[in-house]
Amino acid sequence: MSFIEAEKNWYPEGVTRCGLGKFLGWLTILAAVLAFGVVAALFIFIFGIGVTGMDNYFGFGLWITFDLAVIALGAGAFFTGLLRYIIRIDELKDIINLAVIIGFICYSGAMLILTMDIGQPVRAWFGYWHPNVHSMLTEVIFCITCYLTVLIIEVVPLVFEQKQLNKIPLLHHIAHNFHVVMPLFAGLGAFLSTFHQGSLGGMYGVLFARPYAFREGFFIWPWTFFLFVLSAIASGPCMTVLVCALMEKMTGRQLTTYRVKSLMTKIGGTMLLIYGVFKYLDTWAWITDILPRAGLTFDQMFYGLIYGKWLMFLELVVCIVIPVIFLLVPALRRRPAFMYWACILNCLGIIINRYVFTVQTIAFPVMPFDSWMTYAPNWAEWATTCMILAYGGIVMSLAYRYLPLFPQEVRLNK
Amino acid sequence: MSAAHQEFATKWGLVIDIDKCTGCGACMVACQTENNIAPEKDASNKLRTLTWMNVYELKNGKEFPQAEVAFLPRPCMQCGNPSCVPVCPVVATDKNEDGGIVSQIYPRCIGCRYCMAACPYHSRYFGWFDPVWPEGMEKTITPFTSTRPRGVVEKCHFCHHRWNQAKDAARIAGTDPNNLPDGAYTPACVEVCPTGAMAFGDLKNPKHKVYELSRSKYAFRLLERLNTDPQVYYMTKRDWVRRQGDNYLPNEKA
Repeated sequence: MSFIEAEKNWYPEGVTRCGLGKFLGWLTILAAVLAFGVVAALFIFIFGIGVTGMDNYFGFGLWITFDLAVIALGAGAFFTGLLRYIIRIDELKDIINLAVIIGFICYSGAMLILTMDIGQPVRAWFGYWHPNVHSMLTEVIFCITCYLTVLIIEVVPLVFEQKQLNKIPLLHHIAHNFHVVMPLFAGLGAFLSTFHQGSLGGMYGVLFARPYAFREGFFIWPWTFFLFVLSAIASGPCMTVLVCALMEKMTGRQLTTYRVKSLMTKIGGTMLLIYGVFKYLDTWAWITDILPRAGLTFDQMFYGLIYGKWLMFLELVVCIVIPVIFLLVPALRRRPAFMYWACILNCLGIIINRYVFTVQTIAFPVMPFDSWMTYAPNWAEWATTCMILAYGGIVMSLAYRYLPLFPQEVRLNK
Repeated sequence: MSAAHQEFATKWGLVIDIDKCTGCGACMVACQTENNIAPEKDASNKLRTLTWMNVYELKNGKEFPQAEVAFLPRPCMQCGNPSCVPVCPVVATDKNEDGGIVSQIYPRCIGCRYCMAACPYHSRYFGWFDPVWPEGMEKTITPFTSTRPRGVVEKCHFCHHRWNQAKDAARIAGTDPNNLPDGAYTPACVEVCPTGAMAFGDLKNPKHKVYELSRSKYAFRLLERLNTDPQVYYMTKRDWVRRQGDNYLPNEKA
């Protein structure tokens, strides 16, 4: 049997895939992007983060924005897991595998970025050894590393269910037993994720000397803690649907029913509505209470084009109100164009939110005699960020080709 | 949401008279030399330089002949309620010692730069590249302050080593190292200031000059409204300068 024929034996049962040559060609494109990013990463590790566009005013930049965005967009994994295994919405079993893979890519990708972003990566374990229990970032370090472990545990049975690997008795039994205990890990994942999504928001809300980000709150948690959780579970399911739709477009095969996608986006839309209500209240309290107390006005929070008010309008009006309407009115949600555009806007709004909290917070000159500074990521930051996207593309491509991700695929493509 | 306010028996503080500052930058140079800050190959990007003490230029925004400028030297404020300390994930910075100086533990810092995002004064600096002393210049490195590798955050510490030296001198002289006389401990920036614009001492000790200066009606602190409670005071008799010490709504008085 030729290699090309043998490779077909690794496909999930009953499905067809594109030719090996075409697949390798696609992987080569992704590998080229990844290789360029690796070169940039080597530059960073050898010469220091001075090769990036960051400076003493912008200690956080594209990397942190990217990390926060992908962690929010990858929230589909824990939230879908919670709904599927704990709340028992059985229909979601047809998309949960995809959500888990996306979550794994997002979290592992964010971790890879962090290894470059912190100045002393070999000291990363200090977060466990010398933890400051008052720091939101400590909670983020704890929960993200623990949750990545949970995600790996959730991915393991998927990998071991691969047709050839599953013939090995040990791997078969491991996969089976992991499935049995999966509700436990789904619960654990939901707990850890809720806390680190919240802590990522808390990280900004506690900055009492940065009026753009500072928020009052409940007990030790600023409002941003809860807003980040809500926005993550609003965008995560929609991101999962978008990835699914993109994969369907690229492969020309239907992978899940529209009904499942519609259910996911309905859940996302509902969460977005709840998020929107609280976000509007939070913004109102910020404008009328926190800013005047600091001697500042709403207008002072914006500057030029890249820190302009249009971003806030786009985030709070276009990317909340419109998707909520599109996703929660059944007649609109039934039409693919409305549903997918709503998902795109939903995810875009969350990305803008993470950007302004990361960059605009530190761009605003708190000292009156200081001035607005602008930040633009340079090639090293873009290359490494694209490297993570390419890494995600490779993992997803391999997973689609060889793992039984979509239970409905065979039936839908008969 | 903010960290607990910290108080100590001794509270080292700086009082800077902006009206006396000529903006000569001697304090910046003294600081860099004293604290083993390596000369930079290209210091043209001022957002990348290591200037623990940085002099800002203030303008009254008027046209000639009413145009006026002032200079504001900005060290670390050693805040009583530091925004940087509670955020550090690895306790690499703390305010836990008598004197109230905010520490920075370089071998523990992981370089996440969260403290830099938290500080509204831009008092914290990051080592973007390896520090390199050109051949021969390594002889200027002093044994008093540790050098830092790249990838960690560093900042002004009121020349903490000089405090240790002052305490040692007091012990040798048989006097109380915890009750130093005015002038026994002086940071490099204060020592070098040619116009005497800076005074340093224990803000709680009536025998120290800064005790009275910090209580002057002309004294103020930067961004007091944010509740950071800085241990650095500024003085000016000019209203427009005073107004730039904090943010005020149009209907509010400084």
